[in-house]
Amino acid sequence: MHWQIFKAFLRIGLLGFGGGPSSIPLVKLEVVDKYKWMTNEEFQDVLAIANVLPGPIITKVAGYITYQLKGWLGVINSLVAMILPTAVLMTVLLALFTGFKDLDWVQGMSAGVVPVVLVMLAVLTFEFLQTAKSAMTWKFLIPFTLGMLFILEFLNIHPAIVIIIIIVLSLLQKDKKEETS
Amino acid sequence: MIYFEIFLAFLIPGILGYGGGPASIPLVEREVVDTYGWMTTGEFAETLALGNALPGPILTKMGAYIGYETAGVLGSVVAVAASVLPSLLVMVVLASLLYKLKGTNKFKTLTSLIRPVIAILMAMIVVDFLTNSIEVSGYYHTAFLIVASFILLQIIKLHPAFVILFGLIYGALFIR
Repeated sequence: MHWQIFKAFLRIGLLGFGGGPSSIPLVKLEVVDKYKWMTNEEFQDVLAIANVLPGPIITKVAGYITYQLKGWLGVINSLVAMILPTAVLMTVLLALFTGFKDLDWVQGMSAGVVPVVLVMLAVLTFEFLQTAKSAMTWKFLIPFTLGMLFILEFLNIHPAIVIIIIIVLSLLQKDKKEETS
Repeated sequence: MIYFEIFLAFLIPGILGYGGGPASIPLVEREVVDTYGWMTTGEFAETLALGNALPGPILTKMGAYIGYETAGVLGSVVAVAASVLPSLLVMVVLASLLYKLKGTNKFKTLTSLIRPVIAILMAMIVVDFLTNSIEVSGYYHTAFLIVASFILLQIIKLHPAFVILFGLIYGALFIR
């Protein structure tokens, strides 16, 4: 298991261009599709909770998943696998080649990978809406999503506040009431 | 005490930054350049540019390098730990609390209402990437790469590793 955790998060770290949040589709690929450590719904829940809290997303997601699997040793394993290789690479490159990032092909590479990551994120976004759809009707989901979009993007309400309000309202809900879903 | 300063310099952005590591980068810059003066704005920008060209989470890469430059390997460890651990600890506690509700209607309402919100947050990143890509690579390269990676990923079902490699090679050869 530890070896699998190491391999999974090593791959995520080495393939994740564009910072942590862009690597989330890769985490889903390893954790849900490949190793089946959790279901897609559980993964989406973890991601939702990670979005409530400040700080880096990917380390929170990786840390929590591996904590569930193997406790704190699993956490250390996944974080080291994901962070260490490229952190060392970065330090070495900066120490050895100062002009590295000015090379045309290096800049071309980092530009070329952006649309690929974009497509992966768009697919994940679509999956989120699909799962949301399975728990409610389009009639509710579409206006709700548009309403949330308005609140977040045009009223500029902080996402953490929106998520906290949803959590509080859900917790206040009476448990015996039958949900019509 | 340099290690304590490094700890604070990366702890504060980790606590105040919202929306993942990249969102904390401007806060790191404020600490590293303005508060402690370990780097100039230009040096910071160059380090960030290289960091963005490499894979892996950006905040921890920056922490590792800046920590190393400032106080060696131990500085590097302190910076990474300060940016990662506090939010991770809270996450483990909070998630365990919320998971106690699993199976109840409360939990069902909670997760079904939160999903559309997360979808919007991710869609916002997608839009950012799109604008950025059009700006840097132009309409044609961007449109071609989006269509090509969609076909490779979703229709041919190629492993993302190969599609990412394809994007890197295409960029190195054709985007200048």
